[in-house]
Amino acid sequence: MWDGEAARAALPTVLEGFGVTLVATVLAFAVAMVMGLVLALAQRGGPAWLALPVRGAAGFVRSTPLLVQLFAAWVLIPGLDAPTLGVLVLGVHYATYLSEVYRTGIDAVPKGQWEACTALSLPRRRVWRAVVLPQAVRNVLPPLGNYAVSMFKETPLLSVITVHEMVHEANTFGSTHFAYLESFTLAAAVFLLASWPTSVLIRRLEARLAH
Amino acid sequence: MPIEELSEDLTKVPTAHPAVRFDRVTKRFGDHTVLDGLDLEVARGERVTLIGPSGSGKTTILRLLMTLERVTDGVIHVDGQPFSHMPGRTAGKLVPASERHLAARRRRIGMVFQQFNLFPHMSVLENVVEAPVHVLGEGREEAGLRARELLDLVGLSDKVDARPTRLSGGQQQRVAIARALAMRPEILLLDEVTSALDPELVAEVLDVLREVARRTDITLLCVTHEMGFARDVSDRILMFDGGRIVESGPADALLDAPGEERTRAFLSSVR
Repeated sequence: MWDGEAARAALPTVLEGFGVTLVATVLAFAVAMVMGLVLALAQRGGPAWLALPVRGAAGFVRSTPLLVQLFAAWVLIPGLDAPTLGVLVLGVHYATYLSEVYRTGIDAVPKGQWEACTALSLPRRRVWRAVVLPQAVRNVLPPLGNYAVSMFKETPLLSVITVHEMVHEANTFGSTHFAYLESFTLAAAVFLLASWPTSVLIRRLEARLAH
Repeated sequence: MPIEELSEDLTKVPTAHPAVRFDRVTKRFGDHTVLDGLDLEVARGERVTLIGPSGSGKTTILRLLMTLERVTDGVIHVDGQPFSHMPGRTAGKLVPASERHLAARRRRIGMVFQQFNLFPHMSVLENVVEAPVHVLGEGREEAGLRARELLDLVGLSDKVDARPTRLSGGQQQRVAIARALAMRPEILLLDEVTSALDPELVAEVLDVLREVARRTDITLLCVTHEMGFARDVSDRILMFDGGRIVESGPADALLDAPGEERTRAFLSSVR
């Protein structure tokens, strides 16, 4: 059943796809981190007229499937190549989750920290930048890491808009060489090899921050 | 006139005014009245200690002055100028102060908290330098030098680079005192600054504060249960109960020969 020859032949293709997957994950997560922070600040630190629509829009994105959003963006937004579009949609989708994570982190900063800032007359911008956000982000590093891993595992969805990420490449190799078992097994193994150590690292980080 | 100039003008006030004046100040939290039409004056450079059972409104007075709470009714004046309020559109009418009004005025007031509230992700020095650099606009070097002087004053010149979490409670509170002084406040509020400390660490903090009281002409308002300290630093002690001043007088007189039964009962309970 298992064809070692085919597996060896599939490896370079799968690894090439892995490169795309990795780049897409890193870029999309960067988008999610920055945009998630903006969303969180708009809801927590911004004026009321801004907070409500932002919360509504974020809720809408969070409660519709990523797959549907990819198709919708593919049809509705012309002029962007598939990888760019994929990174943006994935990034925006996860930004709505990360904004909730940031909000939890911000709420976990003790009230006394805000009061100390008032007592020192620190300007609002400085309060966020120097006091609240550094502590908030520290609070939520582990959940941020977990979202990075789960985003990494969702990148195969990008194949529906023809991004040549790892699963797309495995599928192509499988159909041309009729070696689905080998190519998909390899892809799965690469996912496992990448996510598992990352999860372990995150758990260590979590334990260290707990002290 | 631009706002900045206006606020500049308001800071240059004659010294004849009391540093702080509460004019019929009421503070309610929901249905609960914490302060009930309080009148209170504190002169420039005066050291006033507020004593009384917990929940009597002492801490609320400090928190109102630090703008951590807003008055429900009445007006707080600082240096003869409305502080909790500002002139409204109609002449002679005061309206609750805007954030901008408060921001321009709260700088002259500093506060030390029961729970220290140091910034845990910054070093001791960074804690002290933060506000002078980002609020007063001092250069890093200048602010750093002064911070070191202040840390020397509170006996922590060897902990400059330490993280606050590595310090004892007493040391943390001394950093908090240096941090408050770095803003050169005219009025310093001390809110039960030794209540969260282990008994053996109380003295080091109080000694530092005695030194501050001796070496500066800062106006002090403190809430404390340390009667020895109150006696040493205060010009005047106010006994509070139920949001009202029960009795007030010079430290020795009030502590040694209280006129009111309520004060006597309270003093015997804390001794």
